[in-house]
Formats: sequence, structure tokens, C-alpha cells
Amino acid sequence: MSGIAAKQQEVIQDFQFFDEWMDKYEHLIELGKDLSPLSEDLKTEDRLIKGCQSRVWLQAELDGEVVRYYADSDALIAKGVIALLVKVFSGETPKDIAEADTSFIDAIGLKEHLSPTRANGLQQMLKQMKLYALAFQAKNQSE
Amino acid sequence: MWTPQEHAEIRAQFPILNQEVHGSPLTYLDNAATAQKPVRVMEALNRCYSDINSNVHRGVHYLSQRATDAFELSREAVRKHLNANETAEIIFTKGTTDGINLVASGMRETMRPGDVIVASEMEHHSNLVPWQMVAERSGAELRIIPIRDDGTLDLTTLDEIITPAVKLVAVNHISNTLGTINPIKTLIDKAHAVGAKVLIDGAQSVPHLRVDVQALNTDFYVFSAHKTYGPTGVGVLYGKRHELEALPPYQGGGEMIAEVGLLKSTYAEIPHKFEAGTPNIAGVVALEQALAFMNEVGVESIAAWENHLLEEGTKALLAIPGLRIFGTAPEKASVISFDIEGAHPYDLGVLLDQMGIAVRTGHHCTQPIMDKFGIPGTARASMAVYNTLEEVERLVSGVKRAVKMLV
Repeated sequence: MSGIAAKQQEVIQDFQFFDEWMDKYEHLIELGKDLSPLSEDLKTEDRLIKGCQSRVWLQAELDGEVVRYYADSDALIAKGVIALLVKVFSGETPKDIAEADTSFIDAIGLKEHLSPTRANGLQQMLKQMKLYALAFQAKNQSE
Repeated sequence: MWTPQEHAEIRAQFPILNQEVHGSPLTYLDNAATAQKPVRVMEALNRCYSDINSNVHRGVHYLSQRATDAFELSREAVRKHLNANETAEIIFTKGTTDGINLVASGMRETMRPGDVIVASEMEHHSNLVPWQMVAERSGAELRIIPIRDDGTLDLTTLDEIITPAVKLVAVNHISNTLGTINPIKTLIDKAHAVGAKVLIDGAQSVPHLRVDVQALNTDFYVFSAHKTYGPTGVGVLYGKRHELEALPPYQGGGEMIAEVGLLKSTYAEIPHKFEAGTPNIAGVVALEQALAFMNEVGVESIAAWENHLLEEGTKALLAIPGLRIFGTAPEKASVISFDIEGAHPYDLGVLLDQMGIAVRTGHHCTQPIMDKFGIPGTARASMAVYNTLEEVERLVSGVKRAVKMLV
């Protein structure tokens, strides 16, 4: 199992541990609180993810072979969701991220518990992470 | 005030309220966005389609006559509800936004550079953006009456703002975000003193208080059926006869014409001049039942009940540490906009939703108010006739629970 698949499995198990959706949200909020904040100078317009109801910033860097993601939000639940994605994808290679299956989102049932506009925000977060990975992959190939 | 039994009978007319959301009873506190509909409104919609559906004002046949009668009966009910002078002054629209745009599009033709349009800092975008568009196209100037920290209009600025160059004053009767009941009679008199016309956005007021357009002496008054326990997609524009006659038609088409030639047509008299195309017949017919509901339970009783919920809710919410209420005007409708120090309103809204509590979060289509207070948005609870004290208490404990999780 790849690193991403293993981490996704972990996330699914974490969520299965809670029966009540309020507890799942509490878990998300804790993840959000634990995510190290982005420094203010990185909270720029071009790092904002479009399509989110609250403001979510995403920054990615290539660290040797792997991608490191950094993110922040002014709302805790959105921050929790992006923290979850950072946890799964950070430290993985651009190729693995670009090709990763993201069905774990469906497995934890998060989408159904978000309003359509929020579910759209989640899709945009995933898309942006994959776009960064693809860009790094293209850069690696051209070098 | 109603006894619990009397109130339960009113509430029982709204079957949608008897449902669970995420395992908790639904607590619907988003009435400023749209109100629920009593059974009689839904029955009227259904009857319209099952018994009398036909196009209005066109056919000589039986059904068309019945549909036309029902449609015009509703116009008379609206006239009576607003105490307009005659039914021709009642124009059916798609909603408040549509009514404002109708007036704005007509006024755009006569506005010139140097003319002034006045709105306030607490307008809903729908009573601000159309005027920005008129100003942009005509070269007229848009002036804004500022608000004070308590969410009331700063009336000390009126002499400076409402000058003889002003052609139109467009303000809301009740703020959808702050709940403030504005002193519109003062504004109307002030505007008329300089020869300006007045449009009042009554989207939030018709559901809560008795409106008398003749006593107010307003030139235009607009509201939406869906916030007054009626169907969506129907609104009302009231205008004084000579004001409506002076406005050019809004949309061209059927119904609004007198004679049509290939190159030129003449227009129908009001109200038909402004009702091009087949209207929302069933919606208009059902609006009559919504107003009948309000009048039977009593508009004054509705206001008294909502005020009671507002007072109790305000008191209990203010006891929560870190909670701030935006809009603390002495004259207020049942709208409580609030935020919690250290918590984003979206998070609050999501967690309350998980507890079955429906509130609105965000800027409520009033971004200038958010800018004034320097916040991204608020959570807004708005109460209607069917809400109970128990529901307000549920909101308060829900907020407390959310605060524990977020802060």
C-alpha cells in the first residue's frame, strides 16, 4: 500500500471511531486547531482557494522528492478539512499525489454532511493540491 | 399574547416544521430569508392548478374568467393589505428585487448628471446595486446615509444628504441584517420636501407590521410574497397612480400593450403596462391566502409574539461570553445577527445545522454592513409567527455547545 493509501485508511478509521456527526465535527475542529498556522505574508490572494465560503489558503513546496503542503483558514471546520488533506498528501511525491485516488472523502461521508457549496469547496481544495503536484511533476520532467 | 394552545394551533398550519434534521427536531430560524407556508397557501396553489388553471386576461372562456377573477381578487387583497387607493396601483412582480429593478430601469431614462439618488449603508444588495447601475449609466450621483454603531440610520446627516438635487430616496423599512425598523415616515417627508420620490424596500416589514402606503405617503413600496408566508416567485410593487403612469414600461411583450403595429405600439394602462407576459398566476392567487392568514391571526399579534421571542432570545444570547449582537436599535424586528469572539460564523452555522437549527450565516447580501463593523459575516436568527420560546432556547443552548467546541 502506498503512503497515501495507508494514510487514507487511517483517516477512514479515525472517522469510523465516532458515531455522532457532532463528534466527527469536533474531530475536524481539533485537526484544524492542530494545523500550524500559515504566516500572514503567505496569506495572499493567489494562495486563496476559489469556491470556498470561508477563506482557505494553500501553499506547496517541493522538498527534494516530496511535496510539502501548508494551509490555513479563517474558519475552523474548513481548516480541519484542509488539515485532513494536508495530512494525507504532504510528504508524498508529486506523481503519487497526482495519481491518488480520493475516494476516502466519500468513505468518511463528509461530502454528504457538507452543504453543496461547502462540498464544492472541498473539491476545489483537492483540485488545487493535485494542480500543485502536477506542476511539480512537469517541472521535474523538464529538468 | 396567545395561549400555548392558541399558538400550537397556528403552528400546526405549517406541516414542514414537523420534521427531524440530523436526528434533532427542526428549529427553523431563517425566516428573514424565507418564511414557511401555511397549508391554506399550498392548497390554494394546488386548487389553482387542479381547478381553474388557464391564462388570465385573455380568454372569453369559463376557466380563463375564473383564473382572471382569482388573480384580480388577489390584487384587491394586496391593495387592502397595504391600504392603497386603488387596485391599479398594485403591480405583480417576481419579487422585491424585480420591483426595485422595474422602478430603477424606468428612472434611468430620466436621471441626468447632477441628479442624486440616496440609499443607506444598510441596504440589501438588491436595493443598492440597481441604483449603482442607474448612477453608472446616467451619470447621476449615489449618496449613502451612514449607520451608527447601534444599527440605526444617522439622521443628523439628512440635511446634508437630502438636498434639492435628490431625485429619489431608496431605503429599506426594516434591515434584513440588523433588524432595525427605520423611521421611513421622516425620510419620506424629508424627501418630498425637496421634491424627491421615495421607494421603500418592504421585504422585511410586510411580514412583521401593518403597512399603510397612504399614511406613509410613499411613492413606491415593494415586497416579496415568499417572506409573507406566500409562494416564491411573486412580489408586489405599489406605486402611486401618477408615478406609475410616468414610468416607461419595464419589459415589452403580451399583456402590456394596447395596440401593436409592426413598427410601433401603444401601451396598456397600469397595472397591465408593467405585467408583460404570463404572470405567476398560481403564485399570485395563493398570495391572497397568505395575506388572509396574516390578517386572521392578526398582524399586530404576530408582531407582539415575535417581539417577545426577540426580547427573550436577545437576553439569553447576550449572557454567552464573547457573543456580540449587531443591530441594537430600540425599534427592532425579530432578527438577531451575532458573532462569537474567536469563532467564524460559518463554523457556528455548520454546527447549529448539525443540531437541526437553521440560521443564516454570511454577509446576508449586505456587504457594506459587514465592512462597517469589520467582520466577515454574522450568524442570523430570525423568528416568525410559528416559532416558540422553546426553539429560541434550543438556539441558545446550541450556540453554547458550539462555542465550547470552537473557542
